[in-house]
Amino acid sequence: MTNVILELDSVVKRFGENEVLRGISLSLHRHEVVCLIGASGSGKSTLLRCANLLETIDGGTITLFGQSLGDARIDPNLVRRHIGMVFQSFNLFPHLSVLDNIMLGPIYALKRKRADVHDEALALLDRIGLRERADEFPDRLSGGQQQRVAIVRSLAMQPSLLLLDEVTSALDPTLVGEVLDLLTDLAHHGTTMLIATHEMNFAKDVSHQIAFLEKGVLVEKGTPDQMFNDPTHEATRKFLERSR
Amino acid sequence: MSLDADTELSGEVPRLFGSKRSQLFAGRRGIVASSMSIIVVVVALALILFRAPGAAAFRSYFMNFHDMWISWVGDPKAGISAMRDALFTNIWMFMIAEVLILFFGLSLAWIRFSQSPVLLPFRILATVYSDIMRGIPIILVIAIVGEGLPALQLPFVSKLPLAVYGVVALTLGYSAYVSEVLRAGIYSVPNGQLLAARSLGLTHRSTMRRVILPQAVRTVIPPLLNDFISLQKDTALVSALGAIEIFQAAQISQGALFNGGGLVVASIFFIVLTVPMTRFTDYLMARDRTRRLANS
Ligand SMILES: Nc1ncnc2c1ncn2[C@@H]1O[C@H](COP(=O)(O)OP(=O)(O)OP(=O)(O)O)[C@@H](O)[C@H]1O
Ligand SMILES: [Mg+2]
Repeated sequence: MTNVILELDSVVKRFGENEVLRGISLSLHRHEVVCLIGASGSGKSTLLRCANLLETIDGGTITLFGQSLGDARIDPNLVRRHIGMVFQSFNLFPHLSVLDNIMLGPIYALKRKRADVHDEALALLDRIGLRERADEFPDRLSGGQQQRVAIVRSLAMQPSLLLLDEVTSALDPTLVGEVLDLLTDLAHHGTTMLIATHEMNFAKDVSHQIAFLEKGVLVEKGTPDQMFNDPTHEATRKFLERSR
Repeated sequence: MSLDADTELSGEVPRLFGSKRSQLFAGRRGIVASSMSIIVVVVALALILFRAPGAAAFRSYFMNFHDMWISWVGDPKAGISAMRDALFTNIWMFMIAEVLILFFGLSLAWIRFSQSPVLLPFRILATVYSDIMRGIPIILVIAIVGEGLPALQLPFVSKLPLAVYGVVALTLGYSAYVSEVLRAGIYSVPNGQLLAARSLGLTHRSTMRRVILPQAVRTVIPPLLNDFISLQKDTALVSALGAIEIFQAAQISQGALFNGGGLVVASIFFIVLTVPMTRFTDYLMARDRTRRLANS
């Protein structure tokens, strides 16, 4: 068995006339962290949503554990149980306590027993130092705290990989650090992640591979060292220079 | 004009007193002013009631307290049915209708929000249904159901008490409104909630049940209660079928006693019934407002 978890092959996505992804190929191995960088509108979010079947693709194939997601027999809900996704805008459920937010997926999607899930959820909250806040509602937490809860909410599903879409973009600059620290911690523990981000220093530190998207084309992919010090393409060099 | 700060500041002291008229109502004087205005209104009403050309006739027609009491307790010999008995018909009609409406209205909203291709014909039906039902005046729905079902001469459904047809008609009509209210609530839940729930691998059904509806219902409780207030009053329309509910009883007493005291009694009953509901609705709206203000 190969170590490839997720593989995109010549993926095309259109919104009407607008071709947003133009033949993207990319693979994600077990324990690998890949960062997607690129200007606003380059298609990062769309790519992540396609991988999670929140969008349907118009060409190419996406494979998860060697099974094509385009297959009619695929159940999107089963696919999503293996893929955690975290959004820019946290999207915690406001009517549920922090603890219930974390337990919702395991209980109602995985049909696990509340008692078993309860301890795991508390352990996850412990890990982000918010165990005391378990019974509070999300709107009582700061943005950084909410986003960390959103991250452990998807971890509670014990996903095979995490998709993170600019998870620090909606945060006050002073709160970005705590979220990035959590992601770095996850990376060191071997969590497989595909991360869309504008935080170049973070991408440099945490990624095994960085992929640069421009107008729906994957221009270049390489190690952080390669990308930052010796990019092959002029476009990559320009983009990184501008976002320094 | 100069933008120099010094020249701006050197001007005269600005006036901070309110106008003469606003001073009139400031502080303690505000209480005096509001008491005065209450007195003026009460006196005006009393004048109309006692000094209008037809005032005496009006009072004997609507405020004959003895006859109002008779219509309330009933008088079998004079063929007057007691309004205090009839009102229970109204009460059970709206209580049962409210439960059925919630169930039926929710089903309609759910169907219209569903995505399954199997349900497509039902989605279309639900849409057509709510358009039609909201187009027909409720009294016509009551008449059609209350006269139509008996006319069919079916074994069981054609031989029910009149008030039951009333409940059926009110349910059919009001479910359309309630489903629209619920649908608005569903659409008011941010799309991110749906995305987050689906990303956890929850089915459409679980997503609706655990994430979307709890939030939707919370936002629509006040408009929902408003619909129920109208419903409570519209139970009076079932009198059109001849069911002995409170308005029908009031009309009977009106015919027997030759005055409208019963109508006033019926009105008082509806007020007593709806005021707690309106107060409760206002309370919920105020609470929701303070919560939203606290969060922003
Ligand atoms: N639902 C949609 N309908 C139509 N067009 C869309 C939709 N979602 C995205 N697009 C378009 O697709 C393109 C790529 O958008 P996408 O959100 O993937 O970019 P991005 O790289 O994530 O940008 P950002 O850094 O601003 O988040 C944009 O031109 C956008 O207008
Ligand atoms: Mg984006």
